[in-house]
Amino acid sequence: MSSHKVTVTINGQKRSAEVEARMLLVHFIRDYLRLTGTHVGCDTTSCGACTVLLEGQAVKSCTLFAVQAEGKTLQTVEGLAQGTALHPLQEGFKEHHGLQCGFCTPGMLMSAAGLLSRNPRPSEEEIRWGIAGNLCRCTGYQNIVKAVQFASDKMAKGG
Amino acid sequence: MIPQAFDYHAPKTLAEAVGLLARFGDDAKALSGGQSLIPLMKLRFAGPAHLVDINGIPGLDYLQEEGSTLKIGALVRQAQLEQSPVVKAKFPLLADAVRMIADPQVRNRGTLAGNLAHGDPANDQPAVMLALGAQVVIAGSKGERTLPIDKFFIGTLTTALNAGELVKEILVPIPPANSGGAYYKIERRVGDFAIVAVGSQVTLDKSGNCQKVGIGLTNAGPTPIKATKAEAFLTGKAPSEANLTEAGRLAAEMSDPASDTRAPADYKKAMVQELTIRTLRTAVARAKGGAA
Repeated sequence: MSSHKVTVTINGQKRSAEVEARMLLVHFIRDYLRLTGTHVGCDTTSCGACTVLLEGQAVKSCTLFAVQAEGKTLQTVEGLAQGTALHPLQEGFKEHHGLQCGFCTPGMLMSAAGLLSRNPRPSEEEIRWGIAGNLCRCTGYQNIVKAVQFASDKMAKGG
Repeated sequence: MIPQAFDYHAPKTLAEAVGLLARFGDDAKALSGGQSLIPLMKLRFAGPAHLVDINGIPGLDYLQEEGSTLKIGALVRQAQLEQSPVVKAKFPLLADAVRMIADPQVRNRGTLAGNLAHGDPANDQPAVMLALGAQVVIAGSKGERTLPIDKFFIGTLTTALNAGELVKEILVPIPPANSGGAYYKIERRVGDFAIVAVGSQVTLDKSGNCQKVGIGLTNAGPTPIKATKAEAFLTGKAPSEANLTEAGRLAAEMSDPASDTRAPADYKKAMVQELTIRTLRTAVARAKGGAA
């Protein structure tokens, strides 16, 4: 059983910890870095509640080992807002009621952030494909799609 | 869920990686995308004592055309295939299939090589690569060997890879003009494993007959299946409805699905037949449309 010092840049900050090789990235983020916005839902690569950006790409942090993130850049839901100013995606979720219980929301936001960074003006179909790895049991997805469209529009206008 | 403890290795070269795999033998697994392996480790169906992470090896993420071959390196992610203009333009079968694999996050990590090396008949890429007639380049401590994909799948979760070997690249022949392909997948919900799926690839000759036919079946037996009887029947024949229907029947005859929570075996067989007919129909239409 090996242990490793893992150093990541997460939400712009350099953080390190000594972890066992088998530690999952999501547990590293939540239990060691104390960033508990990233949720553990199914723990079986299905629900997407643990989605974070690794080098700008959406990944399920329950299906990566923390050691694999050594030297890499991560972004979690805590990194979206700039101070008190909400990210356009967060604003969209608020404006369009893109959540009810909120459990899936951090993962949903990070998947949408990954999508918009690759495709800033997605069609409705592309948004639905883009969030296909995230389950929401409350909203029926309709308002989440609207929220992502709101963010895409706002970001296109430079907001 | 916490996997069993293991030692983690992050080699910086392919030689170092195969050296480690050779040293630890059956106690080691290579880690690429990890989207099949890590879930299995979390469920403790797999418990390798050593994990050899190849993600840090530079130069394995190439996706390049070389002559009449598309070379796909071991670290090419499914998302890279999905977004590739070459795949879109020349491999409609692969383009159809890759967007049906799991979900965007999984496709951002999962690799083609890993998808094949996992040896799961429920994975989509084995059938696609069988239909396209790909070759697998295997690296080991004693050098490299190249294996046609139809010799690669031995049993459920078992491939021709020996302990100490890994898939280094996949060579896919670029279909000539007048070729087309298609992949249809029946699934309970988006991102799930297939109930069954079929991939077909057809090249037409000048008179419009089927010059070359490749048909791969997903989740239709204990291994991915190349429907050789259906391929042989259709080769040299006109793609008439009657011939496509017979090819569908022969593909279903070669399938050997088990009844499970997804569907009973007879339903799966019936769907193999129908999807074979439909994918062939679309493949022929695309071949006639000029696009590969």
